[in-house]
Amino acid sequence: MADAGTRPADPQSRRPLSPHLQIYRPMLTMMMSIAHRITGGALYAGTLLLAWWLIAASTDAAAFAKANWFLSSILGRLILFGFTWSLFHHLMGGLRHFLWDAGRGMEHPEREYLAQATWIGGLALTLAVWAAAYAMR
Amino acid sequence: MNDGSSSMRTPLSKVRHLGSAHSGTQHAWQMRATSIALVPLTIGFVWLVLTLIGKDYNSVRAALGGPMASIVMLLFLLTGIWHMKLGMQTIIEDYVHGEHAKTAALLVNAFFCYGIGLACVYAVLRISFV
Repeated sequence: MADAGTRPADPQSRRPLSPHLQIYRPMLTMMMSIAHRITGGALYAGTLLLAWWLIAASTDAAAFAKANWFLSSILGRLILFGFTWSLFHHLMGGLRHFLWDAGRGMEHPEREYLAQATWIGGLALTLAVWAAAYAMR
Repeated sequence: MNDGSSSMRTPLSKVRHLGSAHSGTQHAWQMRATSIALVPLTIGFVWLVLTLIGKDYNSVRAALGGPMASIVMLLFLLTGIWHMKLGMQTIIEDYVHGEHAKTAALLVNAFFCYGIGLACVYAVLRISFV
């Protein structure tokens, strides 16, 4: 257990703090980093929905109908749209991380282009999949 | 690194692959490995779900229960849930500073991921075999 003086959040602490989020002017690269973490967290919660759907499908027609009723409701569709967007945004962010791991795309202006490609790619893939979904319905 | 004991191990061999986190690069490496696998698996998962839209219960069960669909689904689930357990661990380590709270949060993360993973895998296998 750390003693009080070594906790960064402790007002009594004499240690200097590094500047945090609220100090910086919002930048696209920063927003994409935050969005990567938020979409990751959203996908984490979304597994509950996926588990419900799979368990319902494995149970019987009545359970499956109940899950389908919720998922095709307005709220269900909004959640599924958010899930799809989170999935593709996080996927695009992951591809960006591969480039960084290879030591590329960290300089200006490449990093700005990559940040833009992340949100545009994530949104475009989401809309494409939903267009396909409605077309196949 | 000289602890004064009679160990024959060199200082370098004691720290090799460990680093300051005492688990070395394993976490970072597993994150990358699961990421790479998840690129094709996510495409396969989305494709699979798209082909199920608008189908009735029996058709969905038949489609999901096929070998290829089940295997893609199981790989996606296992790799994805492993990846998300690692990711949530990083988030917890970044934001939860108290030792007890951090340990509790890491335990809940592990329980959630193993629980949801087992539930999903069980459901897919039941669709395939029952």
